Amino acid sequence: MKRRDFMQMTGMGAGAFMLSSVPVIGNPVSAAQLLEPWIDVAAKKKFAEIALNAAKSKGATYTDVRIGRYLQQYLFTREKQVQNIVNAESYGVGIRVIANGTWGFSATSDVTAEGIAKCAATAVEIAKANSKFQKEPVILAEQKGVGDKTWKTPIKKNAFEIPIQEKIDLLMNVNGEAMKNGAGFVTSNMFFVNEQKYFASSDGSFIDQDVHRIWPTFTVTVTDKAAGKFKTRDAISSPMGMGYEYLDGLASEKIAGPNGLVGYRNSYDMVEDAINAAKQAKEKMTAKSVLPGKYDLVLDPNHLGLTIHESVGHPTELDRVLGYEANYAGTSFATLDKWESKNFAYGSKLVNIVADKMQPNTLGAVGYDDEGVPCKEWDIIKDGVLVNYQAIRDQVKIIGEKESHGCCYADNWNSVQFQRMPNISLKPGTEKRSVMDMIKGVEKGIYIIGRGSYSIDQQRYNFQFGGQVFYEIKNGQITGMLDDVAYQSNTQEFWNSCTQLCDKDDYRTFGSFFDGKGQPAQVSAVSHGSATSRFDGVNVINTGRKI
Amino acid sequence: MAILSKEEAKKIIDKVLAFSKADEMSVGLSGNRTGNIRYARNSVSTSGETTDLSLSVTSVFGKKSGTSTINEFDDASLEKTVRRAEEIAKLAPDNPEYVPMLGAQQYLETNSFADSTAAINPDYRAKAAFDSIDPCVKKNLTAAGYLEDSAGFSALGNSRGLFGYNKSTSIDFSITVRTADGKGSGYAARDFNDASKLSTASATEVAMQKAMASATAKALEPGKYTVILEPTAGVDLLDNMMRSMDARNADEGRSFLGKKGGGTRLGEKLFDERVNIYSDPQNLEIPGSPFSGDGRPQEKVMWVENGVVKNMSYSRFWAQKQGVKAIAPPSGFIFQGGNESLADLIKGTEKGILVTRLWYIRAVDPQTLLYTGLTRDGTFYIENGQIKYPVKNFRFNESPVIMLNNVEAIGKPVRAGGNLVPPLKIRDFTFTSLSDAV
Repeated sequence: MKRRDFMQMTGMGAGAFMLSSVPVIGNPVSAAQLLEPWIDVAAKKKFAEIALNAAKSKGATYTDVRIGRYLQQYLFTREKQVQNIVNAESYGVGIRVIANGTWGFSATSDVTAEGIAKCAATAVEIAKANSKFQKEPVILAEQKGVGDKTWKTPIKKNAFEIPIQEKIDLLMNVNGEAMKNGAGFVTSNMFFVNEQKYFASSDGSFIDQDVHRIWPTFTVTVTDKAAGKFKTRDAISSPMGMGYEYLDGLASEKIAGPNGLVGYRNSYDMVEDAINAAKQAKEKMTAKSVLPGKYDLVLDPNHLGLTIHESVGHPTELDRVLGYEANYAGTSFATLDKWESKNFAYGSKLVNIVADKMQPNTLGAVGYDDEGVPCKEWDIIKDGVLVNYQAIRDQVKIIGEKESHGCCYADNWNSVQFQRMPNISLKPGTEKRSVMDMIKGVEKGIYIIGRGSYSIDQQRYNFQFGGQVFYEIKNGQITGMLDDVAYQSNTQEFWNSCTQLCDKDDYRTFGSFFDGKGQPAQVSAVSHGSATSRFDGVNVINTGRKI
Repeated sequence: MAILSKEEAKKIIDKVLAFSKADEMSVGLSGNRTGNIRYARNSVSTSGETTDLSLSVTSVFGKKSGTSTINEFDDASLEKTVRRAEEIAKLAPDNPEYVPMLGAQQYLETNSFADSTAAINPDYRAKAAFDSIDPCVKKNLTAAGYLEDSAGFSALGNSRGLFGYNKSTSIDFSITVRTADGKGSGYAARDFNDASKLSTASATEVAMQKAMASATAKALEPGKYTVILEPTAGVDLLDNMMRSMDARNADEGRSFLGKKGGGTRLGEKLFDERVNIYSDPQNLEIPGSPFSGDGRPQEKVMWVENGVVKNMSYSRFWAQKQGVKAIAPPSGFIFQGGNESLADLIKGTEKGILVTRLWYIRAVDPQTLLYTGLTRDGTFYIENGQIKYPVKNFRFNESPVIMLNNVEAIGKPVRAGGNLVPPLKIRDFTFTSLSDAV
């Protein structure tokens, strides 16, 4: 049974979510139930074999089965109170087949031999019915069966085992400290996801995976009723492929920046960030409104990640390039002819962008994708040139490759898997360089931290990004905070204006926990790593208005 | 059967209520059958159908509440669900903003169910897709579209005597047509309760015309222009504004409805005096649910009258605290207009830009309700009452509040995204840069 509710996120900052509401997929259960074990691997394999045999007997030439249990725990608080605690569980079986050269998909929550056999037969029926309209028969890249495999996110603390009270205590502490430091309002949330998924295919793969993700976040609001003004500052945490240990706030994972700014690598100090957020939101109240014009931008990884996501991640999805998303998300400027030319300068020579599903602690990291392909790393942009796309088994032939990239994903057992973005990251610079070193060399610039408003066209040329905190740079020095800042550019122009990168010591990942794509829409989670980077002569507009 | 009758639903809800040992209990019961078909590159890519029937129980002890859900309906399962909700409630933290449940309510009759939509089957969807793809293939154009239909019911009841039941249907269709060389793109979207009002062929015809007509776009300098926003273009900006009319945020001074010196702009003239926006669950074009999710009756509400902010929406807690009526947020809005068609508005325009669709709209500043986004799938230059030529897409930075102070003309409303929205002629609409996207 499918149950997908969307929780409207009132009171959260503009930049906090990719979607305006947060999807809750599954049925409410108690927190204790989330820890109860589900059916064991032997039983899953037995059910999978029933599906594989049933589909084959009905005429499928290929079948894959995903037997999944998806758990979510979301906590929502504001100021001194808990607004909502969501514990949700969803389990069932999704069966995808090829019959008559056409895909068919069916899913059921009836996890019994009969239910699964019936579901497999329905998938074949749908494939055969749709084959009447099929113009391009499906051809899958070969994938040898991998046999019985397991993979687990290497977490240290299972967030679902941490008592709810401990989490509430932390959020109340976050809210309290923000209020003490000048916040008028605070909303704070924690999102935990655990995907327990078993994949089997007629290629001979039987893969059991246990995937964990975490995202603590908040929005601090400062108001001045006399002036009729308010300002917000969102958390600069990143969603991670980690357990509750992400919230340990280890000093060793902090990166000290200019003006008391703190960057967080693989460990987040939520209370410290909330205090800084309240102070910065207050400072924003009296910050200078930016003069529009050309500036050299110094972009923090917690900001740049979203620009990478929108201007490199999405346009290099092969399904978009081919037109499969034309009616919704759009197509792409990164067309096949540009890739075929082998000299399309996507960015400056400094720009090296890699795709991967392997990097530890990231949202994309799994052992195998949702069509049983072992995960790997590959280049998307090398020395500034577009060299590859993101492609799955039924697409790689189009770019002359024989192996899938392993970036197929479904957000639930009852959603059909399709091409989703792997981690897409900008490699750090090879020369030794800190943020302070970078700022020293900027005459007229703006240093931007955190994700703000973001918008990009349907072919990913023209974009506009805001941020959380902006500092003016004059003659190599930070001179104060700015407000009303957004930059507009064109993807190719922007990446070609990249003139400096900080080194690996400044490298951090940014993440998107609820990235939407497809009709009906599915979410996915993806990380984007980078070090602080400099982009020269970018157009900055002033977003201040009077109503 | 996913769609239960009022009597069947009431029988189940009453049975569940009888199991309650909590201070208060509410029961939600809903079911629907949803189907879809998606196509791209003139070929069907996915299609499916899901049926769903589920029961949700919320039990309350004092200010603690717990919810449990189930999709099995035998007595033992129902009782188990009630016990589970009670267990969860006992473990929950107190909610200081808890408001006791509503008693029996009077609901308006709405007509949100159409047999034509409930009868849709896979053959209907396949034909709907074919009617859209086939004309494109014949003209060497590429179609990508999505159709989703749903038929269902929703019932709720509680231990204080409230009971509500509503059946509804919906069908949503969108189509993007692109020219073979990728230089032209057109779009159309339709949504109805009654599927017999939908012709995928005629909506596709509009998108085809726009695709062909937009293929040789010229670049105009960004700046302030008079624009005509088709309902498909205006609806999202207006919807964003309507979703921002929450009273609590305004009272707390963090909304565009907050005021210098404290207080809100309720009762103030914030828009052009021709702007009138209301909601009405009984409207025949956009019939909605007679009740909101928490059981409050949906009634006709004037949100903006002659440019003056007349009402804001409230949670029950905030309304109680402020001592006012708890007006629920609407499910759809009606922007009143005149009788002029889109063609009439174009005819009356000396110089301007016709916008088919706005895309990737994101909030830039919640203080002023400033949004950014882009035009898409058919943007045209108008001169002396005629469409002269297609223009390249623009990025805009505009606030619906500013926009609704710059109204030149309001056309005849049509249904868009579950609302009634007129084509709007707006002066000084702010385009800040050009986009190469088609």
